[in-house]
This record gives sequence, structure tokens and C-alpha cells, in this order.
Amino acid sequence: MVLKSDVHPIKSADDVVRVRQVARQWAAELKFSLVDQTKLVTATSELARNTLEHGKGGTMRVEQVENGPRRGVRLTFEDNGPGIPNIERALQDGYTTGGGLGLGLSGSKRLVNEFEIKSEAGRGTTVTIIRWK
Amino acid sequence: MSSVHEVLQKNEGAILSGWLAEMAASTRRSDLMGDTELRQQAAELLRLFAHAARNSSDTTSEAFSATREYLREIAKSRLDQGFTPSETAMFILSLKQPVFNSMRDELESDPTQLVAEIWTVGNALDKLAIQTVDSAVEFRDQVIVRQQQEMLELSTPVVKLWDGVLALPLIGTLDSARTQVVMESLLSAIVETNSQIAIIDITGVPTVDTLVAQHLIKTITAARLMGAECYLSGIRPAIAQTIVHLGIDLADIQTKAKLADAFGLALSRLGKSIVTAKPATNITSKPKDA
Ligand SMILES: Nc1ncnc2c1ncn2[C@@H]1O[C@H](COP(=O)(O)OP(=O)(O)O)[C@@H](O)[C@H]1O
Ligand SMILES: [Mg+2]
Repeated sequence: MVLKSDVHPIKSADDVVRVRQVARQWAAELKFSLVDQTKLVTATSELARNTLEHGKGGTMRVEQVENGPRRGVRLTFEDNGPGIPNIERALQDGYTTGGGLGLGLSGSKRLVNEFEIKSEAGRGTTVTIIRWK
Repeated sequence: MSSVHEVLQKNEGAILSGWLAEMAASTRRSDLMGDTELRQQAAELLRLFAHAARNSSDTTSEAFSATREYLREIAKSRLDQGFTPSETAMFILSLKQPVFNSMRDELESDPTQLVAEIWTVGNALDKLAIQTVDSAVEFRDQVIVRQQQEMLELSTPVVKLWDGVLALPLIGTLDSARTQVVMESLLSAIVETNSQIAIIDITGVPTVDTLVAQHLIKTITAARLMGAECYLSGIRPAIAQTIVHLGIDLADIQTKAKLADAFGLALSRLGKSIVTAKPATNITSKPKDA
């Protein structure tokens, strides 16, 4: 169940910094430990930058979600960029098409509890993550 | 304000050229804005004002919302162009004279009404000017806040800790083009001071993601190529865990939890050691005539 939500644009490097702060605030509100906050914020940084650089810009939806007794933060990164032709390959450690470290997707996946990626060539990419308290 | 509105509409052309002439004589800044743009702004504001004045004389009312909105835009664009808030206020206030002139011509026969109307329209323009100054100041504050943030990101001095030992205490977010500048300044400081060891301290960096890590690795590799050793310090526990999960390999890099530890390591590499001096109490407790 979604308790509240908000949407933020990702159009510039400044926006990447901003959505990171948003993720930190929402995690702090649920009293995440410092380590858990740092994990969520770092995953946010990776995915927001992918949205900006590979996806040509998009949005981040932030939600406070509830599942039984558990609460968490769900983040959805969405763009209408070129999409990812081979998701399996993109999720491999070290795979990059842009001269990065190629650890953004695979690393983020390890930093959160739930990770889902949908992409269609020419249509765009949506990555959804949840970190539970 | 009904008759004001009539006067404004009937004399729109004359008022507009009177206004432009008024500005040309006093507050015009042709260095900042071209004639065409100024004329467009003036014409649009006059049109909105005349329209609003038909329904109300209260500038905070719904009737004036389009005028207020337009003035906010003007405040913003003029700030970007380099106008001061008072110059922007003068733009609005210099509309008074040509409006008063037209009203005088139209209401010649009724001095009482003339005075009342002039007071009302003057009052309205004053208020709009003040609101616009407020907007301009608000926008300028936003610019200041942004610049402060940028300066924080920039404020990363390379400091010399010891002969041959440099430190770069990084503060703030590290994912912009500025990172490049900061790292380059470290590399050139290494050359200039002929240092053997550089310590990059990331205590003040809130987020270390793969981009930041990549910048750090590149800098450290470049420093090595220049013959200097590079240590990384200030890795907080939460950051250390995150780096591991991301899968970033820092095994080749000498890391220390604290800057002090890295400095200690640097000194021992240079063949220096830190010794505890003879306890101070021995000196002070020594009897004077001993
Ligand atoms: N939102 C996206 N849109 C299109 N391609 C993407 C997107 N996110 C990731 N990719 C692709 O997946 C690859 C791996 O991403 P990532 O693991 O973050 O590494 P990096 O960003 O360092 O290249 C990218 O190089 C890119 O080709
Ligand atoms: Mg990436």
C-alpha cells in the first residue's frame, strides 16, 4: 500500500543531487539506520544518473510503502530514452556503453531489497527499487 | 477604477510612447536590453494593467493576477539580464508620468475626480513596483543560495601537511564537472611542491557512488604515474559497506579510516617517526634553584 508519494524531475546534474537528498529525507523519516540510508541514497545516485545520462532525462517517483508491518521507500526512475536492448548484459558487473565503471545497475541491485527493471528499445526504461526498514 | 481603464485604453498608443520616452530620458539601460524587447514588455504590461484596472483597483485582487504573474516573469528575466531590483521598479514607476498626462488631458473638466483617479492609479503602480522588487529580491536570494552551494563544492584547497606530503580534504558533492578541476589542482600541486605523497580525504563527501569512485581511482592512478603515492582517508563505515556492495575494487589503493592515520603512514614512508617528547611535568616541576 502506498502511504504517500511525490515526483521529481531528473533533467540536470543538479537534479541528481536533489533527488539524492529527497531519498535521504524519505529514508530518514522512516528512521532508517545510517548504513541503510547511505545504501538507498547511493542506489538513487546511480539510477538517477543513468536516467539522466543514458535515458536522456526523466523523473523519479518516491513513495512510502507499507507491506503488513513493514514500511519502506520505493523509488521509480523513468525515462523515455533509447531503452536497454539487453537487460541481462546491462546487469553484469563492469558492463558499460558509456565509459563508466559499469557497476551502477548491478551495484544498486545489491544495495536494495527489491529491484525491478523494465525496458523497451526506443521507448525508455523504468527501474523500481524498494528498501525496507 | 472604471474611468482610469477608459483613459488607458483610449490613449494606449500615446501612453506607451510617452513611457518609452520617459525611460529613454532616465532609466533606460540599452546595454542590458534591446529596444524591441523593451517595447514588447512595456506594451504587454500596459495591456494587462489596463485590462485589470477595468475590474479593480486592488493590485492583490484576482483581476490583477495576470499582471502580477507577468511582473514576476519580468523580475526574473531582468535579474538574469543584470538589472538591479530598483531599476526594475523604475521601469514600472516611470509609467506614472505618461498615465497622469493622459488623465489630465481627459479629466480636465473635473479636477476632483482627476485627483482621486491619479491617486488611485499612482497607488496601484506603487504597489506593483514594490511587489516586483520583492520578487526580484526573492529570485536574487535563490541565486545566492545556489552560488553558496557551488562555492562549497569548489572549496577544496590542497594543503601541505609536511615537506613532501599534500592533503586534499574534499567537501560536498563530487559528481559535477568541478570534480575534474579539483583533481587536476591536486595533480599540479604535486608537481609544484615536488611532493611524494598525497592524501585524499573524503570525510566531507556525503555520497560515494561509482562516478565519484571512478574520479578517485583516475586521480590516484595519475598521481602514481607522476611518481607520487596517493592514500585515501576518511572512509566512514557506512560508505565502506556501500562501496563493497557496489562492487568497487579499492584493493590496489592504500586506504585509512582517518586522515591522521594516513598522515602517520606518510611520515613513516618518508623515514620520519613521531616520538613523545619528555613529559612537560618534568620541566615545570623542576625546582628553580636545582
Ligand atoms: N536508463 C537507461 N537507459 C538506457 N540505457 C541504460 C539506462 N541505464 C543503464 N543503461 C545501460 O546499462 C549500462 C550499464 O549501466 P550502469 O551499470 O549504471 O553502468 P554505467 O552507467 O557506468 O555505464 C549503461 O552503460 C547503459 O548502456
Ligand atoms: Mg550508471
